[in-house]
Amino acid sequence: MLYSEKVMDHFRNPRNVGVIDQADGVGEVGNAKCGDIMKIYLKIDGDAISDVKFETFGCGSAIASSSMATEMIKGKPLEEVMELTNKAVVEALDGLPAHKLHCSVLAEEAVKAALKDYYDKNNIAYDPKQFPNVDCAGCH
Amino acid sequence: MIYVDHAATTKLSDTALKAMMPFFTEHYGNPSSLYTMGQQAAEALEGARRTVAECLHCRRDEIYFTSGGSEADNQAILSAARWGKMRGKTHIISTTFEHHAVLHTLQKLEKEGFTVTLLDVHENGVVSPQQVADAITDETCLVTVMYANNEIGTIQPIAQIGEICRAHKVTFHTDAVQAVGHLAIDVVAENIDMLSLSGHKFQGPKGVGALYVRKGVTLYPLIEGGAQERRKRAGTENVAGIVGLAAALKEACEHLEENAANISALRDKLIAGLETIPHGALNGDLTHRLPGNVSFCFEGIEGESLLLLLDDKGICASSGSACTSGSLDPSHVLLAIGRPHEVAHGSLRLSLGEENTPEEIDVLIREIPQVVEYLRNMSPVWRDLQKGERSYVIQ
Repeated sequence: MLYSEKVMDHFRNPRNVGVIDQADGVGEVGNAKCGDIMKIYLKIDGDAISDVKFETFGCGSAIASSSMATEMIKGKPLEEVMELTNKAVVEALDGLPAHKLHCSVLAEEAVKAALKDYYDKNNIAYDPKQFPNVDCAGCH
Repeated sequence: MIYVDHAATTKLSDTALKAMMPFFTEHYGNPSSLYTMGQQAAEALEGARRTVAECLHCRRDEIYFTSGGSEADNQAILSAARWGKMRGKTHIISTTFEHHAVLHTLQKLEKEGFTVTLLDVHENGVVSPQQVADAITDETCLVTVMYANNEIGTIQPIAQIGEICRAHKVTFHTDAVQAVGHLAIDVVAENIDMLSLSGHKFQGPKGVGALYVRKGVTLYPLIEGGAQERRKRAGTENVAGIVGLAAALKEACEHLEENAANISALRDKLIAGLETIPHGALNGDLTHRLPGNVSFCFEGIEGESLLLLLDDKGICASSGSACTSGSLDPSHVLLAIGRPHEVAHGSLRLSLGEENTPEEIDVLIREIPQVVEYLRNMSPVWRDLQKGERSYVIQ
């Protein structure tokens, strides 16, 4: 099979699908031309993620990666969320095929873009180096 | 399970299986051997060659068996190119939406100094004979145009292109892998010089195909090492496979009209059912179309997730989607007919065969719109389209 059972579970039963109205932070990465877009909505309470939702346009591993990433950050303190890596998402999914690894990168980038949005909106200082410029490196 | 991926491969027919079995169990001789069992295999091989020739309306000694459609395409193109180069002709004409067995071979030849003109196939996925006529120069050694497209099923005006090529004395090859056994083909009447076919697309076995080469057209071997196939294709013949291919082709050709009528009725019903999905569109010409091909693009979703969810419902379908092929680019065929990247990602190909039933079509018409809607509901692209923050490409 192309995907692990974990990937198929998160693809078939994605966790945290949807939109948060009045979200504290929203991050959207990828583009339709490449065939993947992920959008993450965060609700932040104090210094932790109180709620998270996602919308994804993309293949099975893109949907599974977003679902897993939202599970991994839900309820977590922001500094821990900053530590999220695409590698951790891949490991939690019991692996992704090599040509699908970019999906996990998008998931990490989407979470961080949402966090950055929250910091920007609330004039909270951060180290810009922690938020590398997101581009569609995997595509074209 | 509902199998609607007959353009990918088909189930071996009972007739083909029955014809093949003795060549695994009893008549396993090598056709090159002198003793009786070997000669029985040789006779079966020649009988199969006669059958294939009858189906294509050519001579028996114009059929060369290969390992499949891709090998036949490679051999035809590389041979014509080599023959052309010897006479100082290094220009080849083809189309933008050929199978990769053709396109990648042409890319290889470009690196060797050939000039390749790829003709536009327009929004309807059909090249015009006039485009071919306009592209031919004194340097042209080969025109290669597929008989019918594998993704969107559009049928090309092969007879008219053949006539033009013959008038200009340019070799004409057609990759007819999707057409043979499904459409009536007469290589003589259609002025075809070379034609590739593949057994498993018409309920024959996998791993066996054939190349028709008109007498007088030069053919070079790709594989050296023996006198098989009149020195054009070395290697002990896949006797059982070749016998199976011939049996399946004979059966397909005998029932061609009735199969085409039944399957195209199912196709039209399915197209009408899926056309009710908003912001979806049929790919390719409605009239010049293979009996079994249904190909759609749906805005706001991606093809691989659609296929995985259909698989969960027991539906075996396919997509021109990037993700299924391991590359990130969407189908070159859908881009060739002008679908933008973001729409080409949301493609679905359903290819019907004679075993599909009207009841199965009803299930497809019920299930596919639900899956499309489910995926759209989690798609940020669809949300933007609905909010008017992004414009629909398909109205």
